[in-house]
Parts: sequence; C-alpha cells; structure tokens
Amino acid sequence: MSVEGTKANVDFGQGVVRDVNITLVEAKVGDYVLVHAGYAIQVIEEKEALETISLWNDILETSQK
Amino acid sequence: MAEKLRFRDPEFAKGIASKIKNLAPKAGKVKICHVCGTHEWTITHYGLRSLLPENVEVIAGPGCPVCIVPAAEIDEAVQLAQKGIVVTCFGDVLRVPGSQMSLLEAKAAGADVRIVYAVSDAVEMAKREPDKQFVFFAVGFETTAPSTAVEALGNPPLNFSFLVSHRLIPPAMELLLGVGDLQIDGFIAPGHVSAIIGMKPYELFPRVYRMPTVVAGFEPIDVLMAVYMIVKQVSEGAARLENEYPRVVKWEGNTKALDLMNRAFMVTSGNWRGIGRLPDSALQLRESLKDLDARAKFDVKVEQGRDILLGCECHLVIIGKIKPNECPMFMKACTPAKPIGACMVSSEGTCRVWAKTASE
Repeated sequence: MSVEGTKANVDFGQGVVRDVNITLVEAKVGDYVLVHAGYAIQVIEEKEALETISLWNDILETSQK
Repeated sequence: MAEKLRFRDPEFAKGIASKIKNLAPKAGKVKICHVCGTHEWTITHYGLRSLLPENVEVIAGPGCPVCIVPAAEIDEAVQLAQKGIVVTCFGDVLRVPGSQMSLLEAKAAGADVRIVYAVSDAVEMAKREPDKQFVFFAVGFETTAPSTAVEALGNPPLNFSFLVSHRLIPPAMELLLGVGDLQIDGFIAPGHVSAIIGMKPYELFPRVYRMPTVVAGFEPIDVLMAVYMIVKQVSEGAARLENEYPRVVKWEGNTKALDLMNRAFMVTSGNWRGIGRLPDSALQLRESLKDLDARAKFDVKVEQGRDILLGCECHLVIIGKIKPNECPMFMKACTPAKPIGACMVSSEGTCRVWAKTASE
C-alpha cells in the first residue's frame, strides 16, 4: 500500500496490515506479494494467476467426463 | 484473491478429481511424495486424499523445517539462553525437545527466550537493548534463509549474532529416492521454497531418476492439479519437471534472494533429526561473517544430542514410511497439548497437522 526504502506497508486482508521487508523483491505500490515471516519473497503476477485459472478451465473443458 | 480467482472452488476440485479417476487405471499404482508441511496441511485440511482413487496415494516427506532440527542444535540454543543471552526464534521452535529440555522449559527456568515473527524484529530488539547480547536461532528451509541473509548482510548491531540451522530441500528429496521400500513414483515440490530456488535444482529428478516432479502452490486446487499432472505423466510413462505454480515460481527463482544467500552462507553437510547426516544439506555463515556466528562468538557447540525419545516414531513419519496414525503413541501418549516428538510440536509437523484436523 506504501513503500519507504526497504519496507512496505502491506494489507493482508481482513483488517490485518503490517510492515514487510521488500529487499528480496522489486515491488511497487499496488502489487500483490508473497510474504514469508515478515519478508516479501516474490511478487505475485495477477495476470499469471488469471492465466492459470483460464488454463485450468481449458483443461477441464476439453475431453471427458 | 484466492476466493475471487477460484483456487478453492469445489466445482474445479470435482472436475480434477474426476480426471484423475479416469486416468487412474492407465497409470496403475502412483505413490506421490511431497516435502512440505504446508502441503500436508492443505491436503489434510481440505480432505484431498478422500477425492483420490485407491491407487493414487500422497505421502509426506521431511517437509517440516522445525521437526528436523537436531536435538544438539536445540541444546546449543538452550546453552546460549542459560548463559544469559537473549535467544530469539520463531514460535514453533520454542517447544521442540532438546536432549534435556526445550527452549520453553529453559524460559520457564528463567532464561530470556523471545518469539519473533520476523528476523528484523529480533534485530530491532537488539538495537533497543544494547546492554544485552541477542542471538537469532535461524531455522527453516530455503524460503526462510534469504531473510536471515538480508539481516546478516545488513550490518546488524554488535550485540547481535546468529545460530544458523537452515536446511536445504533437494538433498532430502534425493535421500527419499534412496529409501528402497518407499517406492515413490512422483514428487510434489514445495512452491515457496521454489519461489526462491526456482526449478533448476529439481531437474535431476526426472533426468537422472526418471521421477515426475511438479512444483505446486498451496491452494487445494494447486495441489489437486499437481496430483493430476503427475498421474498423467505416469500414465504416459513420462518423467518431466513441470510448474503448476507459475504465478509465483520462475525457472530461475528469485535471483536477488539467491545472490544474498550465496553471499551470506556456504553449503555444508548437516544433521537432520531422525535422518542423520546429509551432505550439502545445510547452510553456515561464511568466513567473512564469522563475527555473527553465535557458535564461534560464545564458544558453543554440541556434537551429539538425543533426537528421538524411546517409543517415538518421528523418524519413520518424516520420511513417509508410516502415517501418523500408525505410530502407537499418536493421540494417546503424544498429543498437541503434550507432544513427545517434534512432528507433533510444529504446526508443519505431519502428526500435528493430522491431530489438529481430526479434532476440528
């Protein structure tokens, strides 16, 4: 939600907000990040997530039942 | 994001389960092994095993980083605490049994042991209390090691040092392939370890061992999809490395994190509770950071500890040889409230995951 040097303020959802160290990633405001023990370890690409779902839809639709 | 994007969608789950069922006869017996406490949590919590056909089985390997810390290293942490040093650690570590006592018991006897959520919290404490010595007990796999590296390379205050107990996942996976009677047919690789290390460290499994390997995320659909991908490979007689979790895992991993880890640590052989010594499976601070090594700074080293108590079968649970409910002590003498072995202590321990889900 905001960035200051190596720290970012991250919204974890459901009212939980915490400072997270972003030294390990290239993140900007608005990005989703994967946080482990107070450190962001990867930026989550929403585009990739949507593509994954779309791929899964395809897998399930082609073939079968 | 998960709800909006259907990673827990029951319809999806049914669809994938159905596809697995259809492939099952062609695939034959498929024994899949994962190496992550969080994967076990997802599988158990969402009842994924009940969706699988009889011939497809998922077992849990040594995926709990706290469970595999040898008693000798808990003893080292206890010794430091008893010397009046403030020992900081993640919550789980507190109750892991050492040869004589756990850190919690040391704390109850008067030692200053504090739980932190992040390594940086421990560093902040040390800055606020310069008259005390602080040690961070660094436990965890490759998901956690980078954060230790960030702090070790970030000029921590003079009253701060690290008791490093990090371990690496791929050597443990390789060990499982050597356990003859396990007969594994495929691996689910841990998604967040892989976010750091990428895919490359697993490529030897399909190439050398003909072992289908799929890197998976932690939502129930991720895990089901990974099972499907492995069953599909087995039905084709194939052995490939695949990525089910591209939204987080890149082939090269997190290069920034890997670079920092490389600058802070060197790889050594390490002891794993219940397993023994695995070559190239542990991290140790580099010579250049020797001043930050608590073992050197405070002259503390325990060679041999008592890893497994009499009657405890954690050493069989962590390599997937038995299920928690096959241990005679499970939910009798050994419960979440009164754990005997490390597998019941940690929230990522297979036994604790099973115990907690059964009671929900």
